[in-house]
Amino acid sequence: MLKEKKSSPRFNMTNKKNTSKEDNGIKITVTDFNFYYDTVHALKNINLQIRKNKVVGIIGPSGCGKSTFLRCFNRMNDTIAGIRYEGQIAIDDKNIFDKNLDVVDLRRDVGMVFQKSNPFPKSIFENVAYGLKINGIKDKAFIIERVEQSLKNAALWTEVKDRLHKSAFALSGGQQQRLCIARALAVEPEVLLLDEPASALDPIATAKVEELIFQLKQKYTIIIVTHNMQQAARVSEYTAFFMLGELIEYDITNKMFTNPAKKITEEYITGRFG
Amino acid sequence: MKARNIHQFIGFGILRLCVFMVLSALFVILFDIFSKGHQSVSWEFISAMPRKGMTEGGIFPAIVGTFFVTVITAVLSIPMGMGCAVYLHEYAKDGWVTRLIRMSIRNLSGVPSIVYGLFGVVLFVQLLRLDTSILSAGLTLGLMTLPWTITASEEALKNVPQSYRDASLALGATKWQTVRTNVLPYAVPGMLTGTILGLSRAAGETAPILFTGAAFYLPFLPKSLSDQFMALPYHLYIMATQHHAIDKVRPLAYGTALVLIVLVFLMNFTAVIVRYKLRKVKME
Repeated sequence: MLKEKKSSPRFNMTNKKNTSKEDNGIKITVTDFNFYYDTVHALKNINLQIRKNKVVGIIGPSGCGKSTFLRCFNRMNDTIAGIRYEGQIAIDDKNIFDKNLDVVDLRRDVGMVFQKSNPFPKSIFENVAYGLKINGIKDKAFIIERVEQSLKNAALWTEVKDRLHKSAFALSGGQQQRLCIARALAVEPEVLLLDEPASALDPIATAKVEELIFQLKQKYTIIIVTHNMQQAARVSEYTAFFMLGELIEYDITNKMFTNPAKKITEEYITGRFG
Repeated sequence: MKARNIHQFIGFGILRLCVFMVLSALFVILFDIFSKGHQSVSWEFISAMPRKGMTEGGIFPAIVGTFFVTVITAVLSIPMGMGCAVYLHEYAKDGWVTRLIRMSIRNLSGVPSIVYGLFGVVLFVQLLRLDTSILSAGLTLGLMTLPWTITASEEALKNVPQSYRDASLALGATKWQTVRTNVLPYAVPGMLTGTILGLSRAAGETAPILFTGAAFYLPFLPKSLSDQFMALPYHLYIMATQHHAIDKVRPLAYGTALVLIVLVFLMNFTAVIVRYKLRKVKME
């Protein structure tokens, strides 16, 4: 349980993995997936595929199961008592619910940013370095370099480079959320889950986060849950519309917002309910 | 004046009266003990052995005894209490077994201290053959303090935001790494505060040490943990009710009470300081 991986090859910066065997562009496949909280059937028979390096927006009215769905990809729901799932979610053709799969490894590969920014009560530097340290990395120079890189990738570096060792709590709400993104990026995940990352931010901070998402898709496959229809339209290339635990429609964002296949999707997108 | 304003005035008036009554009771007790006890307290009283059947001299062995017993209590109840709390709150699945255990622990904190005393006699003095000693008494008090320590520690863990745990787990930390680096450091101040308050309560207990190691009159210091000892609360109890010349030793009894209260107050004060210091450190 306690053994730490001394230095897994994926942290070797020069040796970025190149496992493109018969790359069909599919990163994640969800097959006949059902999810239950005790007796509540929260997600019903979900099937969808997510392409590599794309941004997928998940929209739907409150309580439709979109956050639950997002938290399935890194099995964060496992921390809740009385949950149950059927079906499978495969990332790179590996079922993430496989008994032999270590959930700790999964979570390192599938990063997550939460709705409410939740920096640790540590310094800015320690926040970003945390993921590296728990993964057994001791090389100081490497950590410093990776922290800087992550903060740059999260478009926060210029704002914090002079106060890296000050408390993260001194940052503004928008900065804290970008710090959380930097923290998630530091362990170099392959998939990034964003749970309404801008819902608590003002318009300017929101714009920064959105711009950031746009840049991040070069390297990551991103799934973003959002309440904000315009945001989904702006940042995502694919959109999934959920209602009452069912996947109603899943398509290219442009098509979905201009010519949805289902009437109910149109009604939701145009704001007739929700 | 409108009727609802009158209602408010009466309502808050009653609440204010409650606070006033509680505070005045506390104040009367403290004032009584201080006014009658302060003449007896001197350097000699604190540092000398009792003499002539406790009618003269000081209470030094009782202070030393209480100190060592409290240390034993702390050694048992701090690590075990914190360990139990971490297990119950962070690891144990929230099923009926856990709930039953938690309920039992809560109930244990309501068990009269004399029952712990008798239990200590059976377990430590007789079964484990530790005899009546500092060790037996300290361990008995430790058992008595455990429910408080566990409950206070669990409260402290509950106060650590779930988001710290989520953020840590989501980065690929194991549960152990999460608890060690992102839960415990923020819970320890609260845990220690609760624990020290429990200890200060234990330091003032008489019943649990009555049969397990406290001695009536020992005008010398204990040499090891397996010796009997004098303790402040027990000494006070004897001076107040069991002595052959109660009236004569009354000022000494008050002096002992004052010393005991000051010691307990110092421990509680330490708890506040510890909390404040650790809070500051963790925020930087």
